[in-house]
Amino acid sequence: MMPRAKLKAQKLEAATALLAGRALPEGGAWITRAREAARGRVMAMGLPVKRDEYWRYTDPRRLTDAALPEAALLDPQGEPPVFDAFDRVRLVFVDGVLDAQASDALTLEGVEICTLAQAARTDLHWARDLYGTLEARAQNPVERSLASVNTAYASEGLLIRVTRTPEKPLSIIYRRSANSAEAMVHHVIRVEAGAEATVLENGPLAARFNQVMEVDVAEGGTLHHVRAQGRDHERAGVAHLFARLGAGAQIKSFTLTANGALIRNEAVIWLDGEGGSAHIAGATVGDGAFHHDDTVFINHAAPRCESRQVFKKVLRHGAVGVFQGKILVDQVAQLTDGYQISQSLLLDEDAQFLAKPELEIYADNVKCSHGSTSGEIDPNQLFYLRARGLREDQAKLLLVLAFLAEALEEIADPALAEDLRARMEAWLKRRV
Amino acid sequence: MLEIKNLHAELEEDSEVKILKGLSLKVNPGEVHAIMGPNGSGKSTLSYVLSGRDGYTVTEGSATLEGADLLEMEPEQRAAAGLFLAFQYPVEIPGVGNMTFLRTAVNAQRKARGEDELSAGEFLKLIRARAKELQIDADMLKRPVNVGFSGGEKKRNEILQMAMLEPKMCILDETDSGLDVDAMKLVSDGVNALRDAGRSFLVITHYQRLLNHIKPDVVHIMSEGRIIKSGGPELALEVEENGYADLLAEAAT
Repeated sequence: MMPRAKLKAQKLEAATALLAGRALPEGGAWITRAREAARGRVMAMGLPVKRDEYWRYTDPRRLTDAALPEAALLDPQGEPPVFDAFDRVRLVFVDGVLDAQASDALTLEGVEICTLAQAARTDLHWARDLYGTLEARAQNPVERSLASVNTAYASEGLLIRVTRTPEKPLSIIYRRSANSAEAMVHHVIRVEAGAEATVLENGPLAARFNQVMEVDVAEGGTLHHVRAQGRDHERAGVAHLFARLGAGAQIKSFTLTANGALIRNEAVIWLDGEGGSAHIAGATVGDGAFHHDDTVFINHAAPRCESRQVFKKVLRHGAVGVFQGKILVDQVAQLTDGYQISQSLLLDEDAQFLAKPELEIYADNVKCSHGSTSGEIDPNQLFYLRARGLREDQAKLLLVLAFLAEALEEIADPALAEDLRARMEAWLKRRV
Repeated sequence: MLEIKNLHAELEEDSEVKILKGLSLKVNPGEVHAIMGPNGSGKSTLSYVLSGRDGYTVTEGSATLEGADLLEMEPEQRAAAGLFLAFQYPVEIPGVGNMTFLRTAVNAQRKARGEDELSAGEFLKLIRARAKELQIDADMLKRPVNVGFSGGEKKRNEILQMAMLEPKMCILDETDSGLDVDAMKLVSDGVNALRDAGRSFLVITHYQRLLNHIKPDVVHIMSEGRIIKSGGPELALEVEENGYADLLAEAAT
């Protein structure tokens, strides 16, 4: 174990190196205050380093290096982007910068949308109260200083306020155009009481990305969040989802990740009001030089809330999957129903899955369970399918998709779930 | 139809464990043969070796289906050639719908044989009719393969697969195990409905009672990896009455 002082010095050094010469983006008074505060947090905490307990399974250097790593663009070979067939309002970012020309008009009945750049010059009270607030709250008990870097330096992002249930989803599309571009995108979403919205995200974002999405769901509101992080092999990034739920509010977030040199998806959810519900799920297909990390923290801070974490990873050719998932149940959070499952299917002996499930419970009347498994394709199942006439590759594909199905079931809209399932099938067919 | 000559097989991971020791058998088209024998005589191994399960090494002998060498084929090729094994312990496959599984299997076999795949409509029509005969309801078709099925439901599901795949050579591995009287009747009726001049059956069982429902043309007694006696249906009755002891003693002399 490294002495604490030495570890801290390393972290501060990394922060100084990354932030050297970077100026905070231009903006009005309120956002400048938020950015300065975030910058202060980074300088106080430092950046993650390999010795950090919270980064034990994932080396953060690719995310913190002052020098930006290159990542070759992926040729989609004619494959249409995910969600292409759905009627939605499209908001397109290229290398992390909003491309108004490529986007639909920022209008959708029941939803107020503006860009971070616009908002920075005006005073949107609801956004002002949220921007950086949940990120700051998420620093305790575990530091997530890359998210503070984002709050301080992101000049791009969307501020979305859902006042009434809109007719169609908002679809944020991240395209890449450069082998080396860094993107910091910071979205803020407020779902007002009783409203229900769907936010889709897809695409690889940038050679290196650092993303924050702060979500505030008021009483009885619902946010569906479905994310497909593209299949670029070389890009690296970290995405943070911070969500606060009021009484009876719901969030259902699902992420599909395929490939990437290093992808860390962090989610921190606070169930602040009675009867809230959070479902956080992910399906991962990793092949070769791939390191994927799901780090989830669910805080039950009110009674009668429900949470589910369902993570499935299919790994081969040296791909590494990480799951760190925690359910924290506060003393007042009686009748909590918490569930967590993380499973990996290792298609060969080179693949690796590292899991750290945790429960911390201070209430005495709760139901919480967690499980984590790692295994290969069941030879009995494989033989059964082959004995019925399925080719070996066909049988394996069917079993892999069946393994991933439980995570996909967490998507409320069956059409969206089918779109992602079909996509995974096509990817797997190419390689399995 | 099925011809097995002097078949020898041992465990792949332990060649000291020899299970089949010179088994020979010939099943003609349209015939029903039963194999009976005490525990450990190699009955289930025979079904696995014929269907191509990993874990066994054939050291000698041959097995052919309509003249084609089964032992050279992958399990799926054997299935496409018309071999079907009704499993003693049907495997549960969470996440794969029964209907999806069956449609994939039927079409995979058709494709392997160079036939046109069934359309969704044709398949649905066929499976509804077959499922009804076996009292398999729509819910069982939608559920994941064998997951949460009772013992009887699993066995009925095996027969449904057999009815859908229309194999030429059906091996039933202790299909009666775990069945109550009603379920046995249902399963047997399903099998009997499939009896046909062009289709043969090899029924592996411990007990004679299944053979009251599925009437065999030939009964074989298996012991120590070989057929020690063959005869008509009366041989099964003899076993039921006297056990295997006399037959084993007779074979030993």
